[in-house]
Amino acid sequence: MHITQGAFSFLPPLTDEQIARQAQYCIDKGWAMSLEFTDDPHPRNTYWDMWGHPMFDNPDAAALIMELKECRKVYGDRYIRFVAFDSTHGWESVRLSFIVNRPAAEPGFRLERQEAGGRSIRYTTRSYAADKPAGERYG
Amino acid sequence: MAEAVSMRPGVDGEVPSTIDLRAEYVESGVKDVLEELDNSLIGLAPVKQRIRETAALLLVERARKRLGLAHETPTLHMSFSGNPGTGKTTVALRMADLLHRLGYIRKGHLVSVTRDDLVGQYIGHTAPKTKEILKKAMGGVLFIDEAYYLYRQENERDYGQEAIEILLQVMEHQREDFVVILAGYADRMDRFFESNPGFRSRIAHHIDFPDYTDSELLRIAEVMLAKQNYSLDVAGRAAMEQYIALRRRQPHFANARSIRNALDRARLRQANRLFETSNGSIGADALSTIVAADIRASRIFNSGTMQEEAAS
Repeated sequence: MHITQGAFSFLPPLTDEQIARQAQYCIDKGWAMSLEFTDDPHPRNTYWDMWGHPMFDNPDAAALIMELKECRKVYGDRYIRFVAFDSTHGWESVRLSFIVNRPAAEPGFRLERQEAGGRSIRYTTRSYAADKPAGERYG
Repeated sequence: MAEAVSMRPGVDGEVPSTIDLRAEYVESGVKDVLEELDNSLIGLAPVKQRIRETAALLLVERARKRLGLAHETPTLHMSFSGNPGTGKTTVALRMADLLHRLGYIRKGHLVSVTRDDLVGQYIGHTAPKTKEILKKAMGGVLFIDEAYYLYRQENERDYGQEAIEILLQVMEHQREDFVVILAGYADRMDRFFESNPGFRSRIAHHIDFPDYTDSELLRIAEVMLAKQNYSLDVAGRAAMEQYIALRRRQPHFANARSIRNALDRARLRQANRLFETSNGSIGADALSTIVAADIRASRIFNSGTMQEEAAS
């Protein structure tokens, strides 16, 4: 199941060149780019692990692609995303984020139904990958 | 030319059959950069010549690329060797501008570093530090001043070696992302290249910066003063001429930088003189004229007597 999260998620996966151009757009806007990765694909999991520091003073996207390649070497079997943070007053939050790397196989989610009082049912989604301990979920 | 292009298979119709180099020269802004270089920098004739040649090469290379004759990015890494104060950093700035206008680098900024910025203080500190600088320089020019300090022959466990290895690797694999310019004294640069053959083979352009002559330094002094709305009077000019000749013989002579420092001190003395002697109002003329006394008060002029005093 192809996870859709953040911007461009309904497009086919971006090539490195396309990623670089999107990143350059963010840099030119003055946003600080950073890389984050995770192996818990649940949509409510917003706190991903950081790869290095946010990159505040790199004027060119080649630096980000270099970091992305480094990150893929270590965590190529996990989800990796670019996050663009806008520090200007009033925003002070993430302006754009998009997935730049995903595991080869994405097993998807199981829907669980919990029978509660009366005839009501509570639904929850659980990712098949998350059944395994962190760090061993993909590949 | 046109035939050669049309015969190439798989080249789409957008490839032009001819390119007007003259028009390219003007349009790309290379002409402006070279003219500015000519006008704003005094002397340095061999350097300007080399840069003009390099610009011509890059322009032709770009034209060849457009016609589908060349595919590789040419090696653009350079080394600037010359004594301190001969304009290496200034020329590097212009070079960044030139490369940017020709489209060889995307951003055209200059990141100027020395050993301290690249080499760490303990194990594992160097690689992230060097990478941080490299990332900052991406899309622009990395200017490494006094590059030979990266390599310390006497200590084989020096962390400089690690920085060199990372640098070489990135210089080779990410040639289209940035350009490295190494700078330093001529003789030490030569020794540095001898002990680091990896660098020598990755650097295509070696440019030597000659020392300025006395008359060039005098013109530089006048330009520097004019930029700050000061001027020398006739006697002051003569004193400056003498100062330059004497200063050159002193140790730690740093060409234009020495002149700038001397002028800063002369301005200080001028301010003092005006403050102490003025009674009443003074005009713009007096405020912006540096006279002989301001320059002659320098210890360069009485260093002979000072040494005698010290000896006695």
